Amino acid sequence: MNNVARTNILQRLRKETPPQPSPCQGKEQDVSSFDWDRAERIRRFTERMEAVRAEIHHADHRDWLDVLTEICHAKGLNNLLLSPNTTWGQAISAQAGRFPTLRHYEQPIDGWKEEMFYGIDAAFTSTLGGIAETGTLILWPDAEEPRTMSLVPPVHIALLEVDKLHTTFAAAVQEQGWVEKGLPTNALLVSGPSKSADIEQTLAYGVHGPKELVVILVFSHPA
Amino acid sequence: MNKPDTIYFFGTCLIDLIYPQAGISAVQLLQREDIKVIYPQAQTCCGQPAWNSGYRDEARAVARTQLALFPKPIPIVIPSGSCAGMMKLHYPELFAGQPDEAQALDVASRVYELTEFLVDVLHIELKDLGEPVKVAVHTSCSSRREMGVASKIESLLDQLGNVTKLEQIRKTECCGFGGTFAVKQPEISASMVLEKADTIRATGAERLIGQDAGCLLNIGGTMEKQGDAIPHQHIAEFLWERVKNPSPPSPLSLKGRGGARSSSEEAPLPLRERGWGEGESS
Amino acid sequence: MISEFRQHVIENLAKPNVRANFRKAMDGLMQRRLDQFPDPAELERIRTQAQAIRANALSKLPELLEQLEAKLTDNGIHVHWAETTEQANQIVLSIMQKHNAKTMIKGKSMVSEEMGLNHFLEAHGIDALESDLGEFILQLAHEPPSHIVAPAIHKSRQDVAKLFNDKFPDIPYTENIDELTQAARTILRDKFYSAEVGLSGVNFAVAETGTLCLVENEGNGRMSTTVPRVHIAVTGIEKVVEKLSDIPPLLSILTRSATGQPITTYFNMISSPRKPGEKDGPEEVHLVLLDNGRSNIYSDPELLATLRCIRCGACMNHCPVYTRIGGHSYGTVYPGPIGIILEPQKAGLDVHGELTQASTLCGACGEVCPVRIPIPTLINRLRYEGVRKDASTTPGTGSRRTTAEAAAWKSWSWSASHPAIYNFGTKAAARLRGVLPMQMSAWTNVRSAPQLADKTLHERMKEMGVADE
Repeated sequence: MNNVARTNILQRLRKETPPQPSPCQGKEQDVSSFDWDRAERIRRFTERMEAVRAEIHHADHRDWLDVLTEICHAKGLNNLLLSPNTTWGQAISAQAGRFPTLRHYEQPIDGWKEEMFYGIDAAFTSTLGGIAETGTLILWPDAEEPRTMSLVPPVHIALLEVDKLHTTFAAAVQEQGWVEKGLPTNALLVSGPSKSADIEQTLAYGVHGPKELVVILVFSHPA
Repeated sequence: MNKPDTIYFFGTCLIDLIYPQAGISAVQLLQREDIKVIYPQAQTCCGQPAWNSGYRDEARAVARTQLALFPKPIPIVIPSGSCAGMMKLHYPELFAGQPDEAQALDVASRVYELTEFLVDVLHIELKDLGEPVKVAVHTSCSSRREMGVASKIESLLDQLGNVTKLEQIRKTECCGFGGTFAVKQPEISASMVLEKADTIRATGAERLIGQDAGCLLNIGGTMEKQGDAIPHQHIAEFLWERVKNPSPPSPLSLKGRGGARSSSEEAPLPLRERGWGEGESS
Repeated sequence: MISEFRQHVIENLAKPNVRANFRKAMDGLMQRRLDQFPDPAELERIRTQAQAIRANALSKLPELLEQLEAKLTDNGIHVHWAETTEQANQIVLSIMQKHNAKTMIKGKSMVSEEMGLNHFLEAHGIDALESDLGEFILQLAHEPPSHIVAPAIHKSRQDVAKLFNDKFPDIPYTENIDELTQAARTILRDKFYSAEVGLSGVNFAVAETGTLCLVENEGNGRMSTTVPRVHIAVTGIEKVVEKLSDIPPLLSILTRSATGQPITTYFNMISSPRKPGEKDGPEEVHLVLLDNGRSNIYSDPELLATLRCIRCGACMNHCPVYTRIGGHSYGTVYPGPIGIILEPQKAGLDVHGELTQASTLCGACGEVCPVRIPIPTLINRLRYEGVRKDASTTPGTGSRRTTAEAAAWKSWSWSASHPAIYNFGTKAAARLRGVLPMQMSAWTNVRSAPQLADKTLHERMKEMGVADE
């Protein structure tokens, strides 16, 4: 059936001479190119993120662990899921005593799904970068920081290095060479905590994904 | 384009039958600007009702009759965004591939909606000689979205010192006329025009000014049926009333029905108390 | 004889609460969209770009579908083709059966609505649960969506409160939207946890990289495509775009046009199943490519523009008819202006042809369409298809032609092409009145009857001595 359907569909599509794309010019124009310096990118990113109730914390390479400690404390977290193998995860693990119980994604989800769903308070992940225009985190989950980390726990704490803050989505795709690198299993743009406006067009946060999104913006030089 | 000496005037069938005073006023406005007006007596209808109902052959037959009316290379001025849109935008579609396609394109290229012509071609200057009045404006969807001339009626009214414009909410929303829509889907049409009438009434305007007879017939007829009619007028008639000299506001053209009859046999209708007694808004 | 459509309309117009819900929601959506496009010139540039991207993709549709299939297959995603919704349902069922799966969790998907998938699976003993909050509410209420982006827009918080209280008596009654949302979260978490198969739609499919893109705010789309061991995506064949670089502008204009958001919370790009060493994500990913009339629409150079649609819903948000009668009146999966042009082309003008009359041709839909589908032009075209005498590719061509109406237009046309005759204006008007027997009562129900002037403009022009040529 499948092959027959495929053949029939493609045949019908090819029956007519291919329609000319109406005004094809304009496809490549970059309508949203902005000449924003670093400060402006940070300002936009922060403004957009805060507009959708994400928490933004500024930090640098020396004090970001203090900032994370405070966040964990303020939220009363009992545990924190993270990868012990990323640069950031190693640093956190080295001072494990300052944090709630650190948990690792040691095995495939199937082996500890119940705990993942009902026992983890928060997950910490790194990010591939950010987008200033829309206030967005770019995540390419992998074996170290799997997809459900930024999805299932009620709190997601993400670390973004300021130098990886791109102007637009288009710029990020180009500057990070997505097509050349090849896309991962799952690439994600995350712009705030989970939300819905399905009842009376009224915003409610924390539907199926994290109820809280916390972004630690790390400056390469003191902020 | 430069100001022409002569133009064709296409009056439209609704103005012909129901609102002739609007057509007369438009011609008078044009004549006052030293324009010679030609009114081809053989004109009937632009063909839009059949076109919008899917009866293209029937629409084309009627449209073809109109194509022959405008042989000289001069503008064709139409006091309706809807009929102007039909000739300017849909004649080229209707006659695509037909023997008279070139003629249709030529006619289309010379079509102007009246307010567009007054503002963009004549750069008309108006001196308001009328009494203070508050008006609400309803711009037809075809004027706004097809012809893109919604700003013209506003700028004409802005020239009139004694006219205060009041804005109804959802001003750009359709009144629900839609030609045969009003009779094919009467319940939806009614729900739309009833809300439109309410929003216009809520402005406190003393008159409703429009640029398409269809909308005026729809909204005006509704307010009249409700028994709380704000008099309505076509922009041409309103402008002429404001600028002609001498000009006491003619109660004759202030009927709820929009001054369809302006002949002197009619007894003046009492102006409604509301509005006329109020002071000019400062 | 009042048609079924008009009966729906009459019923729905008589529900003041539902009408108020729509009015308020549509006013809000229109304003939010407007706020996203402060510069009209910039908006037109973005629309030009979005239109060009979609038109370009359609111009190479068969090649892009083959490229997409090849890329997805390379990436490990199974691709299936379905000419009809029956075939698509069967494909989904056979995947379920292969895994002995009895439970499916669904992200929001209009194509699955088009397939009638839930009912089909139910008949085969499979429990398919909607997880988008709006769709979840409607599944509880046994109602179809009334809007393609905000499916439960017709319901008030009180409606939802009563519904939840009725279906989940253990949860305390509340009209608080946050509490209602949290109740749904708790219920659906367990379902995400246990569902064997997840199903989603697709907003864009990228041929260049073999990537399926999903746009959402809640996280149900991510849950459905991440947690179950099997993910099935269903999409129309028109959703493919050529390059990854086409995606950022389309995503931007989609979310801004749809809900007035600069971006949604999640943009989810899926290019493969779980790879060796990865610890989560589905082990199997399937894509079902559904035709269901689309390739037929594709064969008409004008109607083809229908397929540019990116399903933002802006046309319905701005439609004065939709706003009043609501999505359910249309009796179709896709309501509003896009439904008016899409549904009769899919099901036939004989089935849904009357919908082409549910428009004043005011142009608001075409004005806001992010990919500039000339919706009013296509409505006009389909009205023509409905009454034309010769054959064409649209199913049900000519089925809306009635002898009485055709005769009335013929008579009108004859008189209006003979000026001497036409100039008996009242006679012409009398002929127009014959177009529909209902006309005068339909008009005068809420309006006073139009009065003909005592003299026509023709006569007055003659009296004034205005030149005839």
